[in-house]
Amino acid sequence: MESAVLSGEHFFNGDVACAEGALAAGCRFFAGYPITPATEIAEHMSKRLPGVGGHFIQMEDEISAMAAIIGASCAGVKSMTATSGPGFSLMMENIGLGIAMETPCVLVNVQRAGPSTGLPTLGAQGDMMQARWGSHGHYEIIALAPSSPQEIFYQTITAFNLSETYRVPVLVMADEIVGHLSERVIIPDASKIKLQSRPRPKGRKDRFKPFHPGPNGVAPMAHAGEGYMVHFTGLTHDERGYPVMTAEAQAEMMERITGKIRRNLDKIIQVEKYRLEDADIAIVSYGISSRSSQAAVDEAREQGIKAGLLRLLTVWPFPEDMIRELARRVKCLITVELNLGQIHLEVQRCSEGKAPALLIGHAGGSAITPEEILEKIKKQASGS
Amino acid sequence: MNAATTQKHPLDGMLRTDRIPHIWCPGCGIGTVFSSSLIAISSMGTDPMKTAVVSGIGCSGRGAGYVNLDSYHTTHGRAIPFATGMKLANPELTVVVFSGDGDLFAIGGNHFIHAARRNMDLTVICVNNLNYGMTGGQAAATTPHLAKTSTTQRGNPEGPFNLPLLAYACGATFIARWTMLHTRDLTQSISEALTHTGFSFIEVLAPCPTGYGRKNKLKNSDLLKVYQEKAIIKNGANPAETILDMEQGITLGKFVEYDRPTYADNYKSVNCD
Ligand SMILES: Cc1ncc(C[n+]2csc(CCOP(=O)(O)OP(=O)(O)O)c2C)c(N)n1
Ligand code: SF4
Ligand SMILES: [Mg+2]
Repeated sequence: MESAVLSGEHFFNGDVACAEGALAAGCRFFAGYPITPATEIAEHMSKRLPGVGGHFIQMEDEISAMAAIIGASCAGVKSMTATSGPGFSLMMENIGLGIAMETPCVLVNVQRAGPSTGLPTLGAQGDMMQARWGSHGHYEIIALAPSSPQEIFYQTITAFNLSETYRVPVLVMADEIVGHLSERVIIPDASKIKLQSRPRPKGRKDRFKPFHPGPNGVAPMAHAGEGYMVHFTGLTHDERGYPVMTAEAQAEMMERITGKIRRNLDKIIQVEKYRLEDADIAIVSYGISSRSSQAAVDEAREQGIKAGLLRLLTVWPFPEDMIRELARRVKCLITVELNLGQIHLEVQRCSEGKAPALLIGHAGGSAITPEEILEKIKKQASGS
Repeated sequence: MNAATTQKHPLDGMLRTDRIPHIWCPGCGIGTVFSSSLIAISSMGTDPMKTAVVSGIGCSGRGAGYVNLDSYHTTHGRAIPFATGMKLANPELTVVVFSGDGDLFAIGGNHFIHAARRNMDLTVICVNNLNYGMTGGQAAATTPHLAKTSTTQRGNPEGPFNLPLLAYACGATFIARWTMLHTRDLTQSISEALTHTGFSFIEVLAPCPTGYGRKNKLKNSDLLKVYQEKAIIKNGANPAETILDMEQGITLGKFVEYDRPTYADNYKSVNCD
């Protein structure tokens, strides 16, 4: 058996770092379909998984890849897939299945510019709202945004931990630039990596209800083949997993699957506050755009402007309270993202008119430069 | 309370009795196919705890909801890839896909052909009622040419798949076709399919009086009569010669059974040797 955790110092691109993060997190099943710029994740998993006792399969499309990882997870194996825009669109229906079946799994989207085939080899952050609302119906989802190969390594582990803890599909919303950028990646000792696994049932099998929530709102999960004789369905169901076609059952189930996320926001949401304490101008950014933002903040500070950065490591659920609090104490908020305004809309909503919420963004295809951001910061600082 | 209502059904242990009554219409053929499947599973001699049933969406797909086994009612067309993930994650499981013709061959057709090509070790039971029952009787990829459905009100301009031939061309290693009237043969074939290692496919013709029967002016008994009178049992028949034609005849039987390495066998020999 090869080692699943390649402790040491490496020079990896983001895609490979993501795959290594998954292996370190205990992922042992990958189903996928090739697509630029996420293909290297599948390629790396195909090389590595057999050696660590796992399974890789290239499916016939992204719909089946998503279905296969949910099936594998229901049999007890940590599972993941990786894709980009067009494939992400195809996965939407089964993301909803994963949510309704409360099945842990991880989906990586190495974003490229869309719509449609778009710019296959060039980065964007244009799928952020699709990540939030792309599957039909109302639901809660967790989405993370890595800004470097090192960070995608860790965030992929976090994604597995969150998906296991809350029994929910977790999205890693990377982008082409992070996916293809090669940088130093340090993989710690396996013993230093904290792993979570889904809550498991105890007690009598015949009385077990597969969707009866435990103390943190999450139900213990029984796997196929363990003798619990569970029923899982995408239909609205009760705690036994049985379909119930009423508005009351719908309300109850929705409270269960949204409540387990809404009630644990403080444990789920991670942000990084950079030079924010005394800031007049607050940048809100995530993923690759947050790197340019950080450079711009440093340069602004050099020039005596009190700028700071709220870097969202977790984009969904959205850190609403933090934005509310920021809006009350800064002169303006500027969202920096590689789209024409998606997370910007959330920042606008949560700032509740207390401070102007501006946007720096473009349609995708290249990174936003620190200079563009600095220019806007300076303009705001001078009040022009 | 009379004796009949308190009598235990022989399949009680296999059924989620707390979910009965089921949704199937009077005269629907799905229930018989479902019972045959349960009898085959329960007489398999293997541990029912190690058997999982996966369905897609449709009246047939509701099967997963009534069986007292680990059971997964997935999305429309995606039962096979879901089952694929489950089987690969835990090879000890016997994974049975129970679903409808629309689910498996229209929206899910791509997954069927690839799972057969891979010789994925699954047993796929298709209830072919010649239409989309659940949504009110629309045309399917199995609807006979000129048949009336709610989306082919002047007759179906298209023609149907010959499912055993399709399965054979794709690489399925066990293929049978029966009607729901041939319960003994059907149960026997399902039992054999369950023990067969590799991709097994069983097509079962079953009436949908509500969706298909009514629109084609077929009384409940008419299709059954066709199934009985037009049946030509030809075990070992060349799948290319298995006709399904309400006038000329319906070829039934176990057509194909052969061994070739499964996906898992090949994966192991490529990656682990
Ligand atoms: C993606 C999607 N498209 C359409 C539907 C609506 N739908 C539900 S069942 C069904 C057809 C089922 O036909 P079949 O598989 O033959 O099952 P039957 O009801 O005949 O047993 C359709 C189209 C759906 N549930 N999901
Ligand atoms: S609509 Fe047709 S297939 Fe569905 S339950 Fe009724 S008879 Fe059976
Ligand atoms: Mg049908």
